[in-house]
Amino acid sequence: MSTSAMSISGLFYLVPWVVFFPIIGLLINIILGAFVGRTVMYPSPLSDIPPLGEKAIGVVASLASGLAFVVSALLAVSLTGHPEGVTVPLLEWIKIGSLQVDWAFRVDTLSVTMMLVVSGVGTLIHIYAIGYMHADVRHNGDPGRFRRFFVFMNLFIAAMMILVTGDNYLVLFVGWEGVGLCSYLLIGFWYEKGSGVRTGDGLGNALAAKKAFVANRVGDFGFLIAMFLMFWAFGSLQFEAVFEKAPELAAAQPGMILAITLFMLVGVTGKSAQIPLYVWLPDAMAGPTPVSALIHAATMVTAGVYLVARSSVLYSLVPQAQNIVALAGGLTALFAATIAVAQFDIKKVLAYSTISQLGFMVAAVGMGAFVAGMFHLVMHAFFKALLFLSAGSVIQGVEQGLHHVEHEVGLKKKLKNEGVYMTDHHDVRIAFDPQDMRNMGGLRTRMKTTFAVYLVGALALAGIFPLAGFWSKDEILAESLVLHPAVYWMLTIAAFLTAFYMGRQVLMVFFGRPRTEPAAHAKENSPVMTVPLIVLAVLSVSGGALNLPGVHTFTTWLEHTLVQHTLEHVQEGEFNITVALISTGLALTALFFAWMFYSLRYHELQKLPFAKRPDDPLRGILGPLFSLLENKYKIDELYKFLILDPYVAFSRFLAQVIDWSFWHDWFHDVLIARSFKVLAKGLAVQVDLGLIDGLANGLASASQALAASMRRLQTGFVRNYALAMFLGLIVIFGFLIMRMIAS
Amino acid sequence: MLPVIYYIGLSAVLFTIGALGVLIRHNPIVIFMSVELMLNSANLAFVAYARAFGELSGQIFVFFVMTVAAAEVAVGLALIVAIFRSKHSIDIDQMNTLKG
Repeated sequence: MSTSAMSISGLFYLVPWVVFFPIIGLLINIILGAFVGRTVMYPSPLSDIPPLGEKAIGVVASLASGLAFVVSALLAVSLTGHPEGVTVPLLEWIKIGSLQVDWAFRVDTLSVTMMLVVSGVGTLIHIYAIGYMHADVRHNGDPGRFRRFFVFMNLFIAAMMILVTGDNYLVLFVGWEGVGLCSYLLIGFWYEKGSGVRTGDGLGNALAAKKAFVANRVGDFGFLIAMFLMFWAFGSLQFEAVFEKAPELAAAQPGMILAITLFMLVGVTGKSAQIPLYVWLPDAMAGPTPVSALIHAATMVTAGVYLVARSSVLYSLVPQAQNIVALAGGLTALFAATIAVAQFDIKKVLAYSTISQLGFMVAAVGMGAFVAGMFHLVMHAFFKALLFLSAGSVIQGVEQGLHHVEHEVGLKKKLKNEGVYMTDHHDVRIAFDPQDMRNMGGLRTRMKTTFAVYLVGALALAGIFPLAGFWSKDEILAESLVLHPAVYWMLTIAAFLTAFYMGRQVLMVFFGRPRTEPAAHAKENSPVMTVPLIVLAVLSVSGGALNLPGVHTFTTWLEHTLVQHTLEHVQEGEFNITVALISTGLALTALFFAWMFYSLRYHELQKLPFAKRPDDPLRGILGPLFSLLENKYKIDELYKFLILDPYVAFSRFLAQVIDWSFWHDWFHDVLIARSFKVLAKGLAVQVDLGLIDGLANGLASASQALAASMRRLQTGFVRNYALAMFLGLIVIFGFLIMRMIAS
Repeated sequence: MLPVIYYIGLSAVLFTIGALGVLIRHNPIVIFMSVELMLNSANLAFVAYARAFGELSGQIFVFFVMTVAAAEVAVGLALIVAIFRSKHSIDIDQMNTLKG
C-alpha cells in the first residue's frame, strides 16, 4: 500500500460513502418501504401522478444515488489538489499465507471518472424511473414491484461503485459479480412474462436473464483464470503491486503476461458484450427500459472497458494482446452495426448500437488509446442513456395511446383493420407490440420533448459536429488511423452504419404519418421523466467540451492515472482534420441515405395495401441479406447448433446412458442390488434362519425339556416338601458335624 | 441339679416326635400341634442352656419363640378355616394344586 492512512488529505476519507449511501438507500426502502408503500399503493390505475408511497420510495433511492454523486464530485475536487490519487483502506478482508486482500478504495482520476458517470447518470435514471416504473408496474399489473425495482437499482449502484473503487482485482471482481447479479435480477424483473421463441409465452424474460447470466459466467471464468495466473505470477492482486512487478515479469516470462491479458479479455467480452459473448445483451432488453439505459448501456457494460484501462500497464507490455483486443473491438463494432440496421424493435436497435459502440471503446483501449476509450465511454453514457430513456418514453407514449384506443373503440377490430405488426398472442392487448418501430411513425408532433431529446441523442451517436459523440468518436478514429489502420477502416464503416441506423430509427419513429391507432394517440410523458431527458440531452450536446482538441482537459485529467504507469503509451488526442471530415461526411451521407429510404421511399410504400407492402424499404433492395441481418446472422441459432445442442445432447447422453442405463440400471440394479440380494438371501436363510434361529430355538427347547423333567419334583404334597427340608437339614447338619469332627 | 444333657435329650426326643408328626400326619391341626412340639423342644433347649451357662439371652429368646408360635397358630388356623370353606376338607394330601 503506497499511501498510508496518515497521508490521506482533502476529502478522500469520504470515499466509502459512495458505496454506503446506495446501501443505506436500499436498506431504507427494504425496511420502511413496505409501510410507506402499502398505505397508498393502489389508486386509480391510470393516474399520472405517482402516489405518495411510490414517490417516497423513488426519492429515497434517487437521493441515495445523488448523495453518492455528491461524494464523487467532492472526490473530484480533492483530486485537483492531489492528482496522483490515494488509497483509502477500510477493512482487512482476506489474509491467507502470502495472500493479503484488503477492502481498500482506490481514488484516482480514472476511478473518480467512473464514479461520476455511474452516480451521475444513475441518479438521472433513478429520477426518470419514478415516472417510468409508475406506469410500467401498472401496465404489467403488479404495482407492488415498484419498491423492488428501486432496491435492485440501488444495489446495482453500490455494486458498480465497489467495482470501480476497488484497489485490487478481487474487490473489483466482487463488484463485477454484483453488477452481474443485479443485471440478472433486473432483466428478469418481469420474470413471468415475455414470449420466448422456444417456450412460447411466459418465460421469455426469465430465459433472457438466464442467458445473460450464463454468458457472463463464461466471461467471469476467464477473468478468474486471469486472477489465478496473476496471483501465481505476482503473488498479489493489488493493482500497484501487480503493475510494479509487471515489467520484470514481461522480460522474464512474456507468455505469462500474454495469458493473463487474454484471459482477462474473455472476461471483458462477457461483461462488455463483445464477440463472441455479446449474444446476451440484445436479449437483456427484456428488462424495464431504465435498466437497459443504466445497466445495459451506460455503466455496467462499460466495466470491461474500465478493466482494460485499469490494467493498461499489463496490456501495454504485450502488443499481441493489444492487437487481439483491438481486433475484437473493431469486429464487434462493425458486426453489431450491420445487425442494428435491420432491427424493428426500438430497443433492439439501441442494444446492437450499444454493442457496436462498446466495440469502439474496446478497440480504443485495446490499441492503447486509453484516454480516447474512456472519453467515448463517458460520452456514450450520456447519449446512450438519453436514447434508451427516450425510447422508454416513446414506448410508454404508445402504450398510453393503446390504452386510449382500447377505451375509445373496440381495440381488436381497430387493430386488425389497421394492419399492425403483432405477435400471435391470443390477447390483443399483449399482442400489440409497443416497441415495434413499424407500429409507430409521426410521433414528432405528439411527443415534442421526447422527439427533441431523441434527435439530440441520435445525432450525438451518429457523430455530428459539435455534439458529444463527434469528439469522442473522432478521437478514437484519429488514433486508430495511427495505431491500427485495419481497425480504423472497420470503425469508419461502423460509424457510417451507425449514422444510417440512427437516421432510420428517428425517421421510422418520429416522422411520416402514424401507422397505427395507438401511435396516433400517443401522449407525452410527465415532467419527472422528461426533465432527466433534458439534462442528459444538454450533457450530450456539451459533453465534447470535456476534451476539446488543443485543450485536452480530460486527457490531462486521466494522464495522472494512466501516464504514470504507461509512460509514452497514452496518446495525445491528436485532432486529425482529414479523419474528422471523412467521418462527418460519411455520417451526413448515411443520414441522407436514411432520409431517402425511410422518408421518401417509405412514404410511397405506405400507399400500398398492408398485405402487399414490404415492411422495410431495404428488404426489397438487400433481399435475403436483409433477412439475414434481421435474424442477427443467425448467430443465436449457430450457437444453439454448435454449443447448446451438443451440450444438451451430451447432457442427455450422460443422463440417459451413463447415469440411467449404466449407473442406475447396470451398476446399481444389476451389480450392487442383485449381488446384495444374493448375499442377503444367503445371510437370511442359511445364517439367520439356520444358525442363529437354530441356536435360539435349541436353547429354548432344551430348557423346556429340562423344565419338563424337573417339574416332576413338584408333587404338590406338603409333606413331601417338609420331608425334603428335613432331609436337606440332616444333610447340611451332617456335613457340618462331620467337618467339626474332622477338624 | 440335673446335668444339662438330660434336658437336651428330652428336647431332642420332643423334636423328633414333632418332626415325625409333621411328616406323617394328614390332619393339619395335628401337624400344627407337632410344630408346637418342635418349637417347645427348642424352647426347652434354650432354657436349659441359658441356665447352664448363666445367660439370660436364651430365656429371652424363648419369649420371642412363644410369641412367634402364637402368631403362627393364629395365621395357620385362619388358613385352615379358609381352606375348609373352599374344599370342605382339611386333608393335607388333597391340597396338591402346586403339583408341577
